[in-house]
Amino acid sequence: MAEGPRLTAGIEIHQQLNTKEKLFCHCPTTLREVTEHSGEFFRYLRATESEIGEIDRAAKEEMKRDRKFQYYTYDTTCLVENDEEPPAPMNSEALSVCLTIAKMFGMTPIPQIHTMRKLVIDGSNTSGFQRTAFVALNGCLPNGGQIETICLEEEAAQRVKDDLFSLDRLGIPLVEITTSPCMHTPEEVQQVAEYIGMVLRSTGKVKRGIGTIRQDVNISITGGARVEIKGVQELGLIAEVVRREMLRQQNLIAIHDELVCRGASVDANDGTDITDLFRETKSTVLKKAKRIHAIRLGGFTGLVGRTIQPDRRLGSEMSDYAKKCGVGGIFHTDELPAYGVTQEEVDRLRTRMHAAEGDCIVLVAGATDRQVECALGQVVTRAKIAMSAMPVPEETRKMVEEGSTAYMRPLPGAARMYPETDVLPEVIDEVRWNCIEVPELLNEKASRYAEKYAIDLSYATQLVSSKRLPVFERAIEEGIKPKLAAFTLLSTSTELRREGIKIQNVADEAFIGILHAVEEGRAAREAIPDLIRSAAEGCSVEGAIAKLAPSVSREELEAIVRKIIESRSDFIREKGKAALGPLMGVVMAEVRGSVDGKLVSETLRKGIDARLADT
Amino acid sequence: MKSGDIVRCEYGGTSRKGTYITSRNGMSVIKLDSGYNIGIPPQSCSSVERPVIEPGKKLELVQDKNLPELAIVSTGGTIASRIDYRTGSVTSQSDAAAILHAIPELKKVANFTTRSLYTILSENMTPRIWQELARAVFEEIQRGVTGVIVTHGTDTMTYTAAALSFMIDTPVPIILVGSQRSADRPSSDNAMNAVCAARAARSDLGEVAVVMHASTNDDACSIHRGTRVRKMHTSQRDAFRSIGIPPIGTVAYPSLEVKLSCDAARRNSCKPALHDKLDERCALIAFHPGISPDILEAYERYHGIVLSGTGLGHVCTELIPNLKKLIDNGTTIMMTSQCLNGKVCDRVYDTGRDLLEAGVIEGGDMLPEVALVKMMWVLGNEKDKGRVRHLLLTDLKGECNRRRTHG
Ligand SMILES: [Zn+2]
Repeated sequence: MAEGPRLTAGIEIHQQLNTKEKLFCHCPTTLREVTEHSGEFFRYLRATESEIGEIDRAAKEEMKRDRKFQYYTYDTTCLVENDEEPPAPMNSEALSVCLTIAKMFGMTPIPQIHTMRKLVIDGSNTSGFQRTAFVALNGCLPNGGQIETICLEEEAAQRVKDDLFSLDRLGIPLVEITTSPCMHTPEEVQQVAEYIGMVLRSTGKVKRGIGTIRQDVNISITGGARVEIKGVQELGLIAEVVRREMLRQQNLIAIHDELVCRGASVDANDGTDITDLFRETKSTVLKKAKRIHAIRLGGFTGLVGRTIQPDRRLGSEMSDYAKKCGVGGIFHTDELPAYGVTQEEVDRLRTRMHAAEGDCIVLVAGATDRQVECALGQVVTRAKIAMSAMPVPEETRKMVEEGSTAYMRPLPGAARMYPETDVLPEVIDEVRWNCIEVPELLNEKASRYAEKYAIDLSYATQLVSSKRLPVFERAIEEGIKPKLAAFTLLSTSTELRREGIKIQNVADEAFIGILHAVEEGRAAREAIPDLIRSAAEGCSVEGAIAKLAPSVSREELEAIVRKIIESRSDFIREKGKAALGPLMGVVMAEVRGSVDGKLVSETLRKGIDARLADT
Repeated sequence: MKSGDIVRCEYGGTSRKGTYITSRNGMSVIKLDSGYNIGIPPQSCSSVERPVIEPGKKLELVQDKNLPELAIVSTGGTIASRIDYRTGSVTSQSDAAAILHAIPELKKVANFTTRSLYTILSENMTPRIWQELARAVFEEIQRGVTGVIVTHGTDTMTYTAAALSFMIDTPVPIILVGSQRSADRPSSDNAMNAVCAARAARSDLGEVAVVMHASTNDDACSIHRGTRVRKMHTSQRDAFRSIGIPPIGTVAYPSLEVKLSCDAARRNSCKPALHDKLDERCALIAFHPGISPDILEAYERYHGIVLSGTGLGHVCTELIPNLKKLIDNGTTIMMTSQCLNGKVCDRVYDTGRDLLEAGVIEGGDMLPEVALVKMMWVLGNEKDKGRVRHLLLTDLKGECNRRRTHG
């Protein structure tokens, strides 16, 4: 059997840093609710022309429409985000974190760092460019691959909807780590991404949670094409994204072969106006449409509707292209009759279009002739690519559900960059570089904890990747038993979260207080869940302890145990020592977690033994 | 190595190609093929090639001759710029073809002739350049253009606007325009300001005005009277504000609809005339608590001084004898207020009365900078003390908030 296609992949990881201030202004790096915005403004962006007189092709596609961008401002944003004030000097905390990461990968810093303006006119940057600086180069990965560069750049504004952006995110420091194309299997891509993520988190200075880390994957497959997949937010999906992209490219190649075999062709004309055919249709989209045009794709039948990736067909690709003209999508005869379109309508359509058996008809509905012609033109373009010698187009794609991808735009040309003259270069001399301390890697920390505190390695790994790791470290320092701290911060918290308790509301301080109370005997281990529940509701630790059942003295406990043994003497006779377990629950319910379980079981065992000895 | 050389950089165990840009603080600044600039030790770079730079394509100038003609006189304010992404350099453009290429919307408004007078930073402007500019603008008016656009750096734009106001009696609009955010950025205010300025320059206006963003939105430009406008923010797009009066008009964007207030002087309401004399021996002195009276010794030979006083127009009592000495020796001194808004009135308090007694002239509600320019112009054109005083107190070009039609 022939070898499968050879995969070459590289990744680009974008990670937000958790610094006090933004990269080029003194605003906090806090994300806000859109409803909290305090003002808004709007602007137009225009591509500045380059010396060579050409505009970047990706930028050009953005310019297909005259775009007016609207921005929300907050009491945590300033004139720098509004592009109304020159930037402040580069945030030195962010630069230090970036240098730390560089050092962890064994990279060489650039001695004089220059901030650049990278042209971005999709509205996500108020200025029309993103500030970015090349900080260090040439690091190594455990798989033998190379980290080519690390750059420090500003995060873009968050798109709220269409051309409306929120400025809270704009300017948050972001490191961009680019690997060489050194990976050859989907699993390897995922492993490298996970490793880099672990190194980043080891600094303790990166933002956590959805959207704070994004992966772009560059994929080339022999016989296929180079494709850049943007914005994979979940690490766990990377391997699947790569697998599905390989599948998509293989299927596109197979469709090409079939098309050639069938002698497929695409009509040369601009499509036919068939608006009249659907005057009385039950399809709401078509009935509503002002103009409907159709084109005949000779020999395409069955192939437009063929699946190339889960939930994606060749038709989906055509539809993505067509959407660039502002239409909602396309219809094609491989999927009709459906969506309210009847068999009679399909038959009439085929007759009108002089369609032979093997032909597929594509319909586009829109508001104007111009829009519909533009969209059909895009469909023809995509159909011709499918038939061409290069059936997989080079392009930038975005991830959709579960790891499939959709067309986004052509691959960008060489980045359009020019110096940010408002920011002075940063000098990284030996003194500065030597001052950078390299933190312990989280995986090494996990092994150390596992060994030192005799906890399971997988448990230790969970612990070091938990957001509460700093709480654990502090608790240990303050003399809390490691196992108690680990169990409370991981297992107990997880169980309570599943119960629906808002663990995120529990301050680090509260955890420390609870652990101390237990360690000092002011609360029982068993009371920890109750204490955390109270803390999650905003109760202070002392208040939470007070809310527990009043503490029970040893004498009182013995009396309770005696009473319970008395009332269940038959049960004890029947079960013998095995009665301990069931009775434990009864006693604990009585004392409501205010006595340490160990003490209860000890007292109960003695009582049971005594009772058994009596009989 | 020469700027533009293709170089190979051996650094950090890697080898990369790039373009040598310049030397900065002991480092060679290289533009890598990725577009990034890095500063690395000179010994790590070696020149491999000196590419022959092909001259840029000659831009063709296509204009609609049926549209009215506007003259663009440039002094150095950047209205259009071009970026060379190969080297990252930004050059400002002043010839018509380049401007129209960068801002194609202009072609729909008018057809343009351009005249590049200076390329200087506006802080380096001098009264002598104002005079030369006034002559150039006047020539354009006499040539019969529909309007004149003066591109100007924003820092001293309002001084120039005032100077042109006094020096030229104009039947057509003379519009000063610039940009607050650099023209090389996609978000720059340059294009919108330029298009609005062009539209204002063919409107029914007949005076000198500044046309700049009305707000932070890209929705309208304000038309400000040249003698009532002041830069009120260091960096915002809407830095230019009319003080003491509302703007005399607006240009909506992108509709380019012009609205003029009834206060705005209309086209052809005067005959063109040039009065280009200025007396440069004039100064603007800002009073502040603790100012030393001997500062005034430095101004002994000055012909005119504008004081920027406190509140209603005051300086400390200690200064008054020295001011009197200057006046007695022939210096004309006029009082304005640091408050910017409101009129000077030196009849309310003792200090004020003492100032009047010493011979200080009240500058009404004139902006201090405008008063300075007016002082230069009046002293340049009139020697008689009585006439000088009369002219300073008279509203000539709308500078003293008393409306009258003027050109
Ligand atoms: Zn800010």
